[in-house]
Amino acid sequence: MDADYLIKMANQIGAFFHGESAPGQAPADIAGHIERFWDKRMKAAIVAHLAAGGHGLEPAVRGAVEIIARAQTAKAAS
Amino acid sequence: MYAIDHHDLGTPATDGAPVTLDIDGQSVTVPAGTSLMRAAALAGGAIPKLCATDTLKAFGSCRLCLVEIEGRKDFPASCTTPVASGMKVRTQSETLSKLRRGVMELYVSDHPLECATCPAQGHCELESMAEAVGVKASPYGGTGPRHQGQPLDNSNPYFNFNPDLCIVCSRCVRACNEVQGTFALSIDSRGFASKIAASQDELFITSECVSCGACVESCPTAALSEKSLITVGKPTEAVSTTCAYCGVGCSFVAEVKDNAVVRMAPNRDGDANHGHACVKGRFAYGYATHADRITKPMVRANITDPWREVSWDEAIAYAAGEFKRIQAKYGRDSIGGITSSRCTNEETYLVQKLVRAAFGTNNVDTCARVCHSPTGYGLKATIGESAGTQAFTSVMDADVIVVIGANPTDGHPVFASQLKRRLRQGAKLVVIDPRAIDLVRTPHVRAEHHLALKPGTNVAVVNAIAHVVVTEGLAREDYVAERCDTDSYARWKAFVSQPANSPEALEAVTGVPAATVRAAARLYATAKNGAIYYGLGVTEHSQGTTTVMAIANLAMVTGNVGREGVGINPLRGQNNVQGSCDMGSFPHEFPGYRHVSDEATRQLFSSAWGVPLQGEPGLRIPNMFEAALDGSFKGLYVQGEDIAQSDPNTQHVSAALTSLECLVVQDLFLCETAKFAHVFLPGSSFLEKDGTFTNAERRISRVRQAIEPLAGLADWEVTCRLSNALGYPMNYAHPSEIMDEIARLTPTFTGVSYEALDRLGSIQWPCNADAPDGTPTMHIERFVRGVGRFYVTEYVPTDERVNSRFPLILTTGRILSQYNVGAQTRRTDNVAWHSEDRLEIHPDDAEARGINSGDWVGIASRAGDTVLRATVTERVQQGVVYTTFHFPESGANVITTDNSDWATNCPEYKVTAVQVTKVSQPSEWQTRYRQFSKETTRVARETPLSTAG
Ligand code: SF4
Ligand code: SF4
Ligand code: SF4
Ligand code: FES
Repeated sequence: MDADYLIKMANQIGAFFHGESAPGQAPADIAGHIERFWDKRMKAAIVAHLAAGGHGLEPAVRGAVEIIARAQTAKAAS
Repeated sequence: MYAIDHHDLGTPATDGAPVTLDIDGQSVTVPAGTSLMRAAALAGGAIPKLCATDTLKAFGSCRLCLVEIEGRKDFPASCTTPVASGMKVRTQSETLSKLRRGVMELYVSDHPLECATCPAQGHCELESMAEAVGVKASPYGGTGPRHQGQPLDNSNPYFNFNPDLCIVCSRCVRACNEVQGTFALSIDSRGFASKIAASQDELFITSECVSCGACVESCPTAALSEKSLITVGKPTEAVSTTCAYCGVGCSFVAEVKDNAVVRMAPNRDGDANHGHACVKGRFAYGYATHADRITKPMVRANITDPWREVSWDEAIAYAAGEFKRIQAKYGRDSIGGITSSRCTNEETYLVQKLVRAAFGTNNVDTCARVCHSPTGYGLKATIGESAGTQAFTSVMDADVIVVIGANPTDGHPVFASQLKRRLRQGAKLVVIDPRAIDLVRTPHVRAEHHLALKPGTNVAVVNAIAHVVVTEGLAREDYVAERCDTDSYARWKAFVSQPANSPEALEAVTGVPAATVRAAARLYATAKNGAIYYGLGVTEHSQGTTTVMAIANLAMVTGNVGREGVGINPLRGQNNVQGSCDMGSFPHEFPGYRHVSDEATRQLFSSAWGVPLQGEPGLRIPNMFEAALDGSFKGLYVQGEDIAQSDPNTQHVSAALTSLECLVVQDLFLCETAKFAHVFLPGSSFLEKDGTFTNAERRISRVRQAIEPLAGLADWEVTCRLSNALGYPMNYAHPSEIMDEIARLTPTFTGVSYEALDRLGSIQWPCNADAPDGTPTMHIERFVRGVGRFYVTEYVPTDERVNSRFPLILTTGRILSQYNVGAQTRRTDNVAWHSEDRLEIHPDDAEARGINSGDWVGIASRAGDTVLRATVTERVQQGVVYTTFHFPESGANVITTDNSDWATNCPEYKVTAVQVTKVSQPSEWQTRYRQFSKETTRVARETPLSTAG
């Protein structure tokens, strides 16, 4: 799926949690939102984008995608 | 005047303490304030009357209803005389008969009883009252001065006004004032010369009349009468059902003759509308039998091929075969479905069940994605339930009413009439809208404050209001301490208190003077009961969800949730938006808003449906388009939804739809989406099926079949057949069985059944053991989520910014006479009021571009361009242009962009940066559109079908 489309969506989610999340919590909150609302192929695509360097992702959003990537790896291993 | 008669009690109900009196020797107990006329009617009697009806306040002009009261010498009018304890009343006597006959003889002297040839014959009150008082003809023999031979006003497409038949009872004037609140009619002149006049004695069509029909309904004669009573004839059957247009969900009695609707009479017992209606629900039902209806299934291998009419079996087998082939080739998640808010709960439930259980994916979504998905998310997060908190009648207890991003007089007209009634009683109004909507100033209504904000700055305005509440000590700390989460409150309070959120700091962003914001905030926060009503002007933004949360924060901090007269009230667009969301149409939720990842819920559905279910969310509509373009999504079943017209960035949507290998469209007409389809399954209108709709107040109402399905099958039957062909059995004998299944699986619906709906009339969910009759007001003692949760709502400007290339902001909306994409209303006489979409532009912006009203103008955005005609008006502020989106050839969505809400992907329809220029020809898109429409709507034999979409 088009990476720019997903980057924009992910950063918009990041912008909301920038204000809402408790200090240090934004990556986990953003990851939680993406987990609950994005379909598998969208999550896989944003993780692949991170693996390819993750350009364009805001720092907290990058942190969120890292959380999702770790969860996917753990799930694949189990 | 009901064609199928209704027992009219003469004057409205009251709710005083019980009073006992004697009427004709019978002891009667009624509430104080009840008229003698109503008391007598309740006791089974009937006092003759002409100017009284139970939907209007008594007026006392005809003097037909005179009675005798022991101890009084005069003969008071029973409609205007209230009951008193111990009163002794006689409704029949020789003297009374004589007096009544005298009155009636005067009436009929100017209204000959030529009833046999009159369309109202059999249900004309003048005729029946003349008979009741024993008058057969005028003793004056038609010799005195008369009002005959006056011109007939047949300018309204749906009703006539024949002044010759008017008895000047003023019921129509009072109906227009009291029920509708438009004040279009008056009695012109005095005495014998008195006559009914629309506006300044104009034709109805050019007057201020909005064609709600309340006057027609109230007229006791055929002076105001539906044309259909003449063209179709008198009805022989009556079926109680629910309007299929807006989220008010008005209840109607469909009056039918020979499988054709004669009239839609608003149901006086209807809990949502109490006997009122608007021009759409009451009159615009003709689309159901329009010549454009497609009643035969059709298939084609490519969208460039002509359509081929086939049997139901062949069409269903073809669709199922294609879906299976696609899944085998591209994987299980390569197909999905879209449910419609124009379909019933039962149909919607079945489509999501088909997708989850028969397709085996969660790729199901609904048109609420593009309207109220932020409401679902925002209200669930803050207060715990994805629905409005009140019944419509709650507005009658509100003292301050805030309307944000909604235009009730056009979008939700029957609710607007009730709202205006409350405002006429003295409640105060705040309007937050970029445009001066009608409510800002309309007869006998004037908004206290109009916050004419710049489009896209809702969050900033609501934060600024909250800032005032919190920093001026207007917060209801006791309420918050008792009912809300204190940690989130503390963080939110610190946030909104920041100087950056003050009205002064945000004035440059919002364009609203700080003093106005402060005054509005104080008014709302200090009201005994403050109620917020909002619409798509809130949700259809990149921060739609954030605004819903900000509204919830504001309602909680002022203690305005959990009782009558207050609340957070989303005004839903289509009739069943609430229902389609309740029924599990979202890709992440099962019915009842339970996340697909929740093990227990998944188990419940999995064992009821007998198949394993996925625990990961599926694709939302815009994601489906992206996936279609990247080649991972290839098949789609769309029931009753026109995504090609209603979704933003038309050219992007067209590209996505073109890339599908199998698109199945189930619809009444060859709509825009059907032009991209491979299988067309004929749909059935609301008149042709059984089911339920759920309106904006969570009210579940029955839809009952009034005429036979034109294509032979109701929509739910088609979904069952498709499922069966896919190998997943669905065998329901009647929609009531589907509702029974919903009730078994959904805690908020446990008590809902067709039997309960027949018994109670309608039910507001939750309806279960705790609330067997339903729940008009929610969150009464505590919030559904336990404690109310505040969210920090930072204002984040949209990416859609104006610049020198695109210096204006386009925002979109709707108009009273048309409905959504217009597929239905464009196929009715409602085009008499609105036959094209126009671009509203401020005089200064128009002058700078040399544009006059009526000129063709090109509107270009980053997404595309189209051409419309301009209307120059001060309704829009400088820098803002506005249009509706009811006609596909207007291409309003060719201009709107892919921007969407951060939480839900609800498109940002309300903010698009554009340039407007004067032009002389249609846009390139419009030229291509016409050609494409022609090519994709051919059926074999190369006959073009309708291209009107
Ligand atoms: S149709 Fe409605 S708006 Fe028009 S005159 Fe009658 S009551 Fe008034
Ligand atoms: S038009 Fe009908 S309702 Fe109006 S004044 Fe005449 S008779 Fe009465
Ligand atoms: S207000 Fe809405 S539900 Fe009522 S009649 Fe009009 S369109 Fe139908
Ligand atoms: S009905 Fe009472 S005065 Fe007309």
